Amino acid sequence: MSLAIDLRAVLPEMLVAALAMAVLLWDALAGARGRRVLAPVTVLGLAAAAASVLWVGLRPPAFAGAYLRDAATQLLQGIALLSAALATLLSADYLRRADLERGEYYALLLFACLGAMVMAAAGDLIVLFLGLETLSIPLYVLAAFRRGNVRSQEAGMKYFLLGSFSTAFFLYGVALLYGASGSTGLAALAQATAAGMTPLLGIGVALLSIGLAFKAALVPFHAWAPDVYEGAPLPVTAYMAVVAKVGAFAAVLRAFPLALPGLAGQWMVVLAVLAMATMVLGNLVALVQRSMKRLLAYSSIAHAGYLLIGVAAGTAEGAWAMVFYLVAYLFMTLGAFSVVLLLQRAGEEADLIEEYAGLGGRAPWLAAAMAVFMVSLAGLPPTGGFIGKFYLFSAALGAGQPALALVGVLTSVVSVYYYLRVPYLMFAGRDVGGMEVVRAPGVRAVLVTAVAAVILLGVLPGALTQAVHPLVDLFGAR
Amino acid sequence: MLTWLVFTPTIGAAAVAVLPRGRAAAARWLGWLASLAVLILAVRLFQAFVPGSGEMQFVVRRPWVPLVGIEYALGVDGISLLLVMLTAVIFPIALLSSWGAIAEKVREFTVAMLLLETAVLGTFLSLDLVLFYVFWEAVLVPMYFLIGIWGGPQRTYAANKFILYTMAASVLMLVAIIALYLAAAPAGARTFDLLRLQEAALPEGLAPWLFAAFTLAFAVKVPLWPLHTWLPDAHVEAPTAGSVILAALLLKMGTYGFLRFSLGLFPQVAVDAAPLLLALAVVGVIYGGIVSWAQPDLKRLVAFSSVSHLGLVTLGIFALTTEALQGALLQMINHGISTGGLFLIVGVLYDRLHTRAIADYGGVAALMPRFAAIFTIVMLSSAALPSTNGFVGEFLILLGTFRRSPPLAALAASGAIFSVIYLLWAYQKVMQGPVVAKTPERLVEVDAREVLVFLPLLALIFWIGLYPSPLLRRSEASVRAVVQRVERRAQGELWLHPVTASAPGGTAGGILPAKAR
Repeated sequence: MSLAIDLRAVLPEMLVAALAMAVLLWDALAGARGRRVLAPVTVLGLAAAAASVLWVGLRPPAFAGAYLRDAATQLLQGIALLSAALATLLSADYLRRADLERGEYYALLLFACLGAMVMAAAGDLIVLFLGLETLSIPLYVLAAFRRGNVRSQEAGMKYFLLGSFSTAFFLYGVALLYGASGSTGLAALAQATAAGMTPLLGIGVALLSIGLAFKAALVPFHAWAPDVYEGAPLPVTAYMAVVAKVGAFAAVLRAFPLALPGLAGQWMVVLAVLAMATMVLGNLVALVQRSMKRLLAYSSIAHAGYLLIGVAAGTAEGAWAMVFYLVAYLFMTLGAFSVVLLLQRAGEEADLIEEYAGLGGRAPWLAAAMAVFMVSLAGLPPTGGFIGKFYLFSAALGAGQPALALVGVLTSVVSVYYYLRVPYLMFAGRDVGGMEVVRAPGVRAVLVTAVAAVILLGVLPGALTQAVHPLVDLFGAR
Repeated sequence: MLTWLVFTPTIGAAAVAVLPRGRAAAARWLGWLASLAVLILAVRLFQAFVPGSGEMQFVVRRPWVPLVGIEYALGVDGISLLLVMLTAVIFPIALLSSWGAIAEKVREFTVAMLLLETAVLGTFLSLDLVLFYVFWEAVLVPMYFLIGIWGGPQRTYAANKFILYTMAASVLMLVAIIALYLAAAPAGARTFDLLRLQEAALPEGLAPWLFAAFTLAFAVKVPLWPLHTWLPDAHVEAPTAGSVILAALLLKMGTYGFLRFSLGLFPQVAVDAAPLLLALAVVGVIYGGIVSWAQPDLKRLVAFSSVSHLGLVTLGIFALTTEALQGALLQMINHGISTGGLFLIVGVLYDRLHTRAIADYGGVAALMPRFAAIFTIVMLSSAALPSTNGFVGEFLILLGTFRRSPPLAALAASGAIFSVIYLLWAYQKVMQGPVVAKTPERLVEVDAREVLVFLPLLALIFWIGLYPSPLLRRSEASVRAVVQRVERRAQGELWLHPVTASAPGGTAGGILPAKAR
């Protein structure tokens, strides 16, 4: 640990930040005609950032331990960059159709990605907080990006108010933990808490958890999600559903198993209860949804519950299972959104599930792709969703938490009903007409990538399993 | 070889999927040819299979997720061989039978059927528990769509009930699979390999729970009374081909699971739990028989008869004698043939009058004499008349059960009587008497395609009925190995008859396995 500044440790983050500002400037300078290149430039820049994540590699902690560049950083930053790149591809066509394509859209998207990246690398609660805010604030703005639309404004406002509220909780928790341990560094915290629980620590951890639970949309801190998801522009919803989870779960992973092993007895119970409540409520409420966006919103809540299993297990197996599932979740969720984005009804987003009926007759491949995503979200083989859940449940059982695994599998059964209903209606329902398939090459590319990835993760999960496995070292080093 | 067998239908499905829209005939032919290719591979497997060994043959092993110990492992023994053969025979028949009935979304239908075939074959051939579970669950999705898209008026309800009911039970098996893996891990076996887990010593107290989870999943699939309520709905609403596959193959996945996993992994617990399962099986035999008799709907009648017949199979499995197990295995095949045939018969009638109510039919034999002959043979096979296949299996089961418990055998035999009653009753109402149909001109004789659908089934009915030894010879050693394993683990249990101590190869020439001393 030294105070010497090695900027290579933050090279990927700097690239993303520079890209965001470049995009913003380009729009201001080049005007409307130059906007066509914004999306391709963003994607290329993100690819460069991803390459730099690999090039920088694993390094010792930088900035006096405040910034970590370990296996978790590498994996989670990669996931954040991937989700940003796919979201960019999803956005471009939609923005053009809605006449919303502006440089600031891509800049905000990139800043949110930057926030998630910082959270993934945080070795200090203050850095974690910085990342959290950098992630959240662009998302508030993006949610309200359709300025002419009341629902979008409402979504942004609601997200902002509740989000700032939860951020305050988080910050208060940080303050209390500082008081209890004398440092905001996660490593110092780990040492201070090794002795055991004190009331101050307990309250601090609880407040911290509330802040993160809000970001991850865990029950009972999920109430914002359906409204925000429904009101935000569709590609923003897709991005939010993924990148906010990446950031939140990176933070949860950093904060609990890696920073507070001494208190595992306490937080494991709390997280397990949260996970179970989230899985049960998310899946049950999803059963009655008629809007596609709300369905996917509750689905993302339910999946936050599944992801949390990996952390609640408190083991290395749980950690890598969670990261594996995060990748599967990214592809199946963005895939499902890409199907929705390829459809429109009278120029508007295709939102009512009943209106999907009969599309299988006109667009059989689209319906088949939807079937793949829904089967994967429901956790049925042979898809990445199944393998991911299999790992998560294995981790829960391995950590001696059979209740988590049981609730997990039983709620998965419930979810089959509402997930499969969508492709079922598409294939079996009577075509009600009015729905049209739009031409959107970017979205199509995401769709094809996602189908391939979801099936590949289910059929040949070995490579990704190997890739996420180094997370074990973080636990061994402790 | 096994990999080709399992994935040939997938290749076929991919080929059908890329056909241009509207080429229904091409999709039908291509799908059918793919399933015929599987049949050819299966026949070659049958010929190449070495009888007399209880070991797995043609084993394929590749690391799949080496980090976790999951393998891609396939293998075939005498038990799975017969079920693979049945699968390979039934699918071309089911596909051919649907040429008339499925007019819409032919391409999608064919793809679903072929994917289903891959999943069913994979289920029977997997030697790795995770791989097995993957195939086991993969069966649900195409079947859900088959019922839900091409089914009857209540298809949505039936499809949902089918998938939720069977999945709820099988996810518990998933938890049990993981728990088994973790429990065996300290002993040095980080593996999901069935054969190695069979040898693993489990901690005291865990095995009954795992057995319960596995057995519950299988019991729902079988379906064992009182877990059968999904079956009539699924059967009645499914299209004919779906019902055939469901009855002939999917239910067998349950009884196969009993044999391979419940008995294979937890022999000691199986012995302890056998009385309960035997009781449920006998209740199922009698209940299924009585309820069938009361059905006004022909398809429902056949559906409930499955509950009865599969109860008999379960009885044979948990009687835990070699004869009964042999009989159970044979009866699994027989039920596939005869009940598959009965569903096809219902399908033929339904294609003509679009009703399944028994009361709407009458005097059909006079209008469709060839069809009447087919119906008669299949019905008698289902009623287990001597010289048909049903007799051999039922006889072996009852013989084996009798040695285990005479009262149980007597009760189960009454099930056989019920099946004669309801089948003859249905036959009489539908085929004989005055013509009831309002549009008798639509009751046209079966055409060449339909005859071709039934011919292989009729041939099998008589072949197995008169000369079952090629099947018994191939399965005997594997069945014996199962019984031996159970005996070895359950030594000291008085009621287990030392059947397997008698001379090996006793069944080579005749029907009866080695007689008890």
